[in-house]
Amino acid sequence: MQDVIFQYDGTFDGFLCCVFESYVYKEFPIAFYSDEECFSLYEVRSVITCSKHAQRVYRSLVKISRRAAGLIRRAFLTCMDDKELHLYAFIRKLYAEGPAFMKCQADEVYLPICRAVRHLNGELEKLRGFIRFSIYDGVLGAEIEPKNRVLPLLRSHFCNRYANEAFFIYDRTHKELLLYHNGRSRIVSVDHLRLSLPGEEELLYRRLWKCFYETIAIKERYNPRCQNTFLPNRYRGTMTEFLPTDYEVQQSLVTSPPASLAIAPTPFAQAEIPVPEIHE
Amino acid sequence: MELLDKLAVLTDAAKYDAACTSSGVRRGFQPGKIGNTTSSIAGCCHSFSADGRCITLLKVLLTNCCVYDCKYCVNRRSNDTRRASFTPKELADLTIGFYRRNYIEGLFLSSGVLRNPDYTTEQMICCLRILRQKYGFNGYIHAKAIPGTSPELVQQLGLLADRLSVNIELPSEQGLQTLAPDKNKRAIFAPMRQIRDQTRQSTEELTKYKHTPSFAPAGQSTQLIVGATADSDWHILHLTESLYDRYQLKRVFYSAYVPVVENTLLPSLDTKPPLLREHRLYQADWLLRFYGFRANELLDERHPDFNPLLDPKCHWALNHPEFFPVEIMRADYETLLRVPGIGPISARRIISARRVSHLRHEDLKKLGVVLKRAQYFVTCCGKMRSGLQFSDTTLVQQLEAVERGQLPSGEMQQLSLFDTVG
Repeated sequence: MQDVIFQYDGTFDGFLCCVFESYVYKEFPIAFYSDEECFSLYEVRSVITCSKHAQRVYRSLVKISRRAAGLIRRAFLTCMDDKELHLYAFIRKLYAEGPAFMKCQADEVYLPICRAVRHLNGELEKLRGFIRFSIYDGVLGAEIEPKNRVLPLLRSHFCNRYANEAFFIYDRTHKELLLYHNGRSRIVSVDHLRLSLPGEEELLYRRLWKCFYETIAIKERYNPRCQNTFLPNRYRGTMTEFLPTDYEVQQSLVTSPPASLAIAPTPFAQAEIPVPEIHE
Repeated sequence: MELLDKLAVLTDAAKYDAACTSSGVRRGFQPGKIGNTTSSIAGCCHSFSADGRCITLLKVLLTNCCVYDCKYCVNRRSNDTRRASFTPKELADLTIGFYRRNYIEGLFLSSGVLRNPDYTTEQMICCLRILRQKYGFNGYIHAKAIPGTSPELVQQLGLLADRLSVNIELPSEQGLQTLAPDKNKRAIFAPMRQIRDQTRQSTEELTKYKHTPSFAPAGQSTQLIVGATADSDWHILHLTESLYDRYQLKRVFYSAYVPVVENTLLPSLDTKPPLLREHRLYQADWLLRFYGFRANELLDERHPDFNPLLDPKCHWALNHPEFFPVEIMRADYETLLRVPGIGPISARRIISARRVSHLRHEDLKKLGVVLKRAQYFVTCCGKMRSGLQFSDTTLVQQLEAVERGQLPSGEMQQLSLFDTVG
């Protein structure tokens, strides 16, 4: 087998096509690249995504084990280093030995994937609670900074919870925006999102929440170490109780003149969800 | 009084209640209503306060005016504190506003006793009606049933709330008589019995008729104060066990007593809340609920209190050397659960993994076993971990050393040249 570098478009289907081609041409991936530049002494194989091939691979995985296929799909959303290589090794082992090795979590191919998915699930579980919405003219909006690509997995939870509302969640790390309105949702990629300033009612609720948050703690039991374990610092940058009430104003003074901030928040059209005009 | 002030006063009065969970009920979205209860059965934490406790629900009192004079309570009649009440609509609006912003999972409604228990419960029902029926709120509601309320009102409350709770607070009759003269044991257990029976009846009916209104689908819980009276851990654990057995409680919460008022019958104001003791009780509570232990195995008359330096499971293991070592490759699930450092998840993983491979000690670590505790108690394919040195006398110290890093640093003691060693 020949060692090559696979270059693909970064999508899950694209990755499955890499798996497909590696078997067809008997080439072994030494690395995966999803961005443009790739300079190496190894031969570079550019893979063009073809949904037919991707489906063929995915169906074959489902046939071996439905659980394994789901796990691969989920693991692809994680922020694991060299996730494609780990997943490729996992798929190879799956084809060679069948799904029995998944019974033992200490297995060296299975373990890193398990760990990564557990990390993803943990983040997901936390974000379900830690996401903070602000209401802009009746539309709920939130921003998050997750490590993993959690948006596709948060989708069902929040679409269910706020079924009668219109809302959006912006993922700053992966520059993706989840939009929901009237029972329809979609994820689009948006390079930059600027929000309008909060209204009077929104500010009142923020003050009320901060007041509740500060009062509910019992002074005699003060325990920051315990708090840090459950609520790590990295989540606090987007949580109302750890931000000043008017943080948007303060941030805008630093980054850009306030005049340009008066852009209307996500203008959801009536029936169809448009790609918002905040696109830059 | 402004809403912000009211919220501060009524939150401050409610904060000593430990229960803040949104678990036990799964209710998806319903058309025309606001919200759901979380998609996972385990509930959802929305924040953690500076004391490290989870914030899930908007935990407030409807009013902190109270006709009772319980000695341990901040809201007692004779205490000079600011009093406030929410109007039912104010509280309902606040709940919806917080819920839409994803600050909370629902409402935890408790109240001081205004006039009498029946009147207070009527006020609470009024508030919950606005939430559930007028606003169509479909999120989680935890309501307090006040001892002494008439059964008809408790029933109405249960039809609106997901979980009900009746706080026992003081773990013995005698403590109740001295510290809470307005309450009595019978008045506390009557609503608990009623809630148990009606929840059971409602689940039975739901299997026959789809649209029967469900009564407190997430069951009931209670709270015990630790450290206000002289009750031993043994007594508290026994009470807990019988509550789980006889009243099918979902949870028993322990609240380390924080001295808020000066009284000759209570610990003085400068005593620290017994947090470590509370922690040990919670650990024991988990052993009862998930590990198949009985209260009698953990403590007995001769040892009525937990060892603060060791967790209850290690403590049990040290006193039962005949049970160990456990062979990882052959032991059944119940036996594995009794090993310190192995929990339900890692026990299940071991059982699954040993079907396909021989497990070594290093593998156990990968399966999530806490090896620094478990290593003294297990063998893998008949072998202890290589290089492991311990004897019956040193084992206690070795296990305490594992624990030490997790204990609050105040527990440390200055070593003395004249201390007895070993």
